[in-house]
Amino acid sequence: MIRYILRRILFLIPVLIGVAFCVFTLLYLTPGDPARMILGDMATENAIKEFRAKEGLDKPFLLQFGNYIYKAITQGDIGRSYITKRPVMNEIMATFPATLKLAAFAIVIAVVVGLPCGILSAIKQYSVFDTLAMIFAMIGLSMPVFWLGLLLILLFSVHLRWLPPSGFDTFKAMILPSLALSAQSISMITRMTRSSMLEVVRADYIRTARSKGQKESVVIWVHALHNALIPVVTLCGLQFGHLLAGAILTESIFAVPGVGRLMVESIKMRDYPVVQGGVLFVAVAFSVVNLLVDLLYAYIDPRIKAQYR
Amino acid sequence: MTDKTNTNTNDNLLLDIRDLTIQYVTDSGTVHAVENLNLRLGRGETLGFVGETGAGKTTTALGIMRLIPSPPGVVRSGKIIFEGEDLLEKSEAEMRAVRGGKIAMIFQDPMTSLNPVMTVDKQIAEMIKLHKNVGEAESLKLAGDMLELVGIQRERMRDYPHQFSGGMKQRVVIAIALACDPGLLIADEPTTALDVTIQAQVLELMKELKRQFDASMLLITHDLGIVADICDKVAIMYAGRVVEYADKRALYTSPLHPYTIGLFNSVPDLDEDKEALNTIPGLMPDPMDLPSGCAFHPRCTHATEECSKSKPPMVEAGPGHFVSCPVRAGLKAQGGE
Ligand SMILES: Nc1ncnc2c1ncn2[C@@H]1O[C@H](COP(=O)(O)OP(=O)(O)OP(=O)(O)O)[C@@H](O)[C@H]1O
Ligand SMILES: [Mg+2]
Repeated sequence: MIRYILRRILFLIPVLIGVAFCVFTLLYLTPGDPARMILGDMATENAIKEFRAKEGLDKPFLLQFGNYIYKAITQGDIGRSYITKRPVMNEIMATFPATLKLAAFAIVIAVVVGLPCGILSAIKQYSVFDTLAMIFAMIGLSMPVFWLGLLLILLFSVHLRWLPPSGFDTFKAMILPSLALSAQSISMITRMTRSSMLEVVRADYIRTARSKGQKESVVIWVHALHNALIPVVTLCGLQFGHLLAGAILTESIFAVPGVGRLMVESIKMRDYPVVQGGVLFVAVAFSVVNLLVDLLYAYIDPRIKAQYR
Repeated sequence: MTDKTNTNTNDNLLLDIRDLTIQYVTDSGTVHAVENLNLRLGRGETLGFVGETGAGKTTTALGIMRLIPSPPGVVRSGKIIFEGEDLLEKSEAEMRAVRGGKIAMIFQDPMTSLNPVMTVDKQIAEMIKLHKNVGEAESLKLAGDMLELVGIQRERMRDYPHQFSGGMKQRVVIAIALACDPGLLIADEPTTALDVTIQAQVLELMKELKRQFDASMLLITHDLGIVADICDKVAIMYAGRVVEYADKRALYTSPLHPYTIGLFNSVPDLDEDKEALNTIPGLMPDPMDLPSGCAFHPRCTHATEECSKSKPPMVEAGPGHFVSCPVRAGLKAQGGE
């Protein structure tokens, strides 16, 4: 198991370098001289030259890239913002907690709502509850997050005045963004749990459990659920990754000061180092979450665990 | 079947199925899986339950366990009298005590019959805890005993099903089934999914354990060789009905029903060097649209006009030898056989 984890972490490195390379190339090719951007229009030619030499900006492309990676790994230094002149890492670290909180809230809501709905739908297949749940799941899946967000603001902030329309500092302010962000995940988890449950309930080992004289509740909640959860866990993990990476729209609508909004603002102001750092950071977060999901997967499915050597 | 001539006296009778009719009601039509089925099994006996695929063997077995999936399955009529009580009248809670405790079932495919995310000792212990008044530790210990009994080392009790071969999985399934000393063991083609050498081992084990546990057995199969090896009685099933029921010896020496004869003829015989097997002409009827009268008449060489009109009753053609074919039973009665 340990070897598997180490191998997975090793595999992460080329992936991340690949991502970094793509982002770095894009940045390199975009017009505009970083030195001039950082030092400002008033800087003298000499100062710029000096800065370029100091930062290695006069070196060939590959060398610059190598330098970027080296600094990223050894010092966690992934450049400086053109605008604030602060290290990109600081900018991201200042905004990441909000994004993490938002994604975590959303995934918790999605699991807490989606899992029971899916199970109930499967147990009471074709019932009124099942039909309603499937209709809502359909709506939730097809409704774009920005539209749902606006509708939520209209209803809960403008009309009912229950919840603030923006910000992320209080618990109350966190409700609407998390809800909007979780809608798609709720729907997907509900549908996946339902179909997985329906499949498992027909399995032979469920019949075996019943033939032992086991109570139907134990058959469902112990035998069926554990097996049905295996694909759902993967989905939840993937969803969490998506929520982390995909909170951009939600953060913009609700003015949540997260990484997503930081990136949107940086794009608007052509603050490329921040964009680059943001993308890299999201890629890392996504990969780490995926790794955790795979480990969890091995934990709940002994067949997978056997392969992890 | 009439009572007076049956070799089983009533207190020797363990299972008595009367007029059982089970259907699957689906969108595309009603499947007549089991029709007016009669079957008897005495204490300590092994009954071979033989029939082609789709004949309704598994459905009958699930019917006895009251585990017919519903929907689409419906038990239309009949009685399943086990130890003097009709199982169809029992409440779900009463049935739970019967399942596993008094009637245990071994399913067709060992590869899928075990819960993949539970260690095998827990799966055996689950059965034990349900029917015996023992705690967790004791049940696990007994589970280990059961594993040893079916020829699996105790050290492997914490393993998961995927760590065992098909034959070993079926041994685990057998251990589960016998864990609570059931009076009746229903084995639904227990060896079909296994390869031949393993088949023999598993059958031998079942034979031995059945004797040791003093259980009766309903052995579902379509292998007449297995029947010859293990069973005392044989019931031949065709399209949801039992068409012939007899002692193994009587059935093998003088099969009466044309379908039974067809089955015997289609078994490859090494002594005779024939080019092709004698297969029964025609196909199994569509269970949604069974032929009128005797369901076998379209494929039968002995069929008369009467055969397509009324359902043939079971008649006793010899002591304890029942057949639902008036034509052949008549021949035998006249000494024509
Ligand atoms: N859940 C179900 N829904 C609809 N039809 C079914 C269902 N289960 C079984 N049947 C039908 O009922 C008939 C009897 O099936 P059954 O499984 O009892 O046959 P079998 O004798 O056990 O066959 P095999 O030797 O292949 O196991 C078949 O025609 C089958 O298609
Ligand atoms: Mg079957």
